[in-house]
Amino acid sequence: MVPTQYYLILSAILFGLGVVAFVFRRNIITIFMSIELMLNAVNLSFVAFSQSMPANHPHKLDGQLFVLFVIVVAAAEAAVGLGIIILTARNRQSLNVERVDLLKL
Amino acid sequence: MNAPLLIFFILAALAVIGAISLILQKHPIHSALSLIVVMVALAGLYLLMGAEFVAAVQIIVYGGAIMVLFVFVIMLLNAGEEERTDFSKLAKFGGLPLALALTGLLAATMAKHGGSIPNPETVGALAPTGKISTLLFTTFVYPFELTSFLILVAIMGALVLAQREKS
Repeated sequence: MVPTQYYLILSAILFGLGVVAFVFRRNIITIFMSIELMLNAVNLSFVAFSQSMPANHPHKLDGQLFVLFVIVVAAAEAAVGLGIIILTARNRQSLNVERVDLLKL
Repeated sequence: MNAPLLIFFILAALAVIGAISLILQKHPIHSALSLIVVMVALAGLYLLMGAEFVAAVQIIVYGGAIMVLFVFVIMLLNAGEEERTDFSKLAKFGGLPLALALTGLLAATMAKHGGSIPNPETVGALAPTGKISTLLFTTFVYPFELTSFLILVAIMGALVLAQREKS
């Protein structure tokens, strides 16, 4: 049997890697993908906590429903976010976030 | 070492390698493929935990729909290799240690206090999909209806953003 703890540690590692990718990548699409990676890491701990509850607990499956909602919101976010990316790429002729600097002093 | 633990370590290694590859790859399409590896590995972990509905949704929605959308946009924009720009000294010497410290802190907390969390009971105890759907249409019916509204707004937002301006 795999201890719940192991899943939580893996979730923390994946989240940290997502943060590193978010901070250090310069391509706007890759930055967006690292957000999805972080969402996935959090989903893993949701399911781990849900499955660690006793089988007859009334709120056992709530965590898995939260995962379902997170996935739906991520899908909606991806649709809108990629629309914004297409718009930015069309206006700037570049996918580098360093070149989107109109608000920079 | 028992079989579930072995499967866990294989899938976990696959997920971590995929995530590291996402960071290191220079071309966005390679990053996208690495992310698909992570998502499929996570779906395997969900199956290992007995959450078969979440595993199916993970593969269909994440591995299927969302990643196809990403690959589609990468192809559409003809995204090439990422150009390297110099980081500031603060980012190079402050950012990476801080991000690694955050990871280490999270993992250490889970390792220290996660032991008191009870373990899943048996490998074969699948989460019943029927119960999930009953909950979705009783307790969580308002969030569920709001979700449909959210998707409608997202469709309209994507259409408005992506259309060409009339000249």
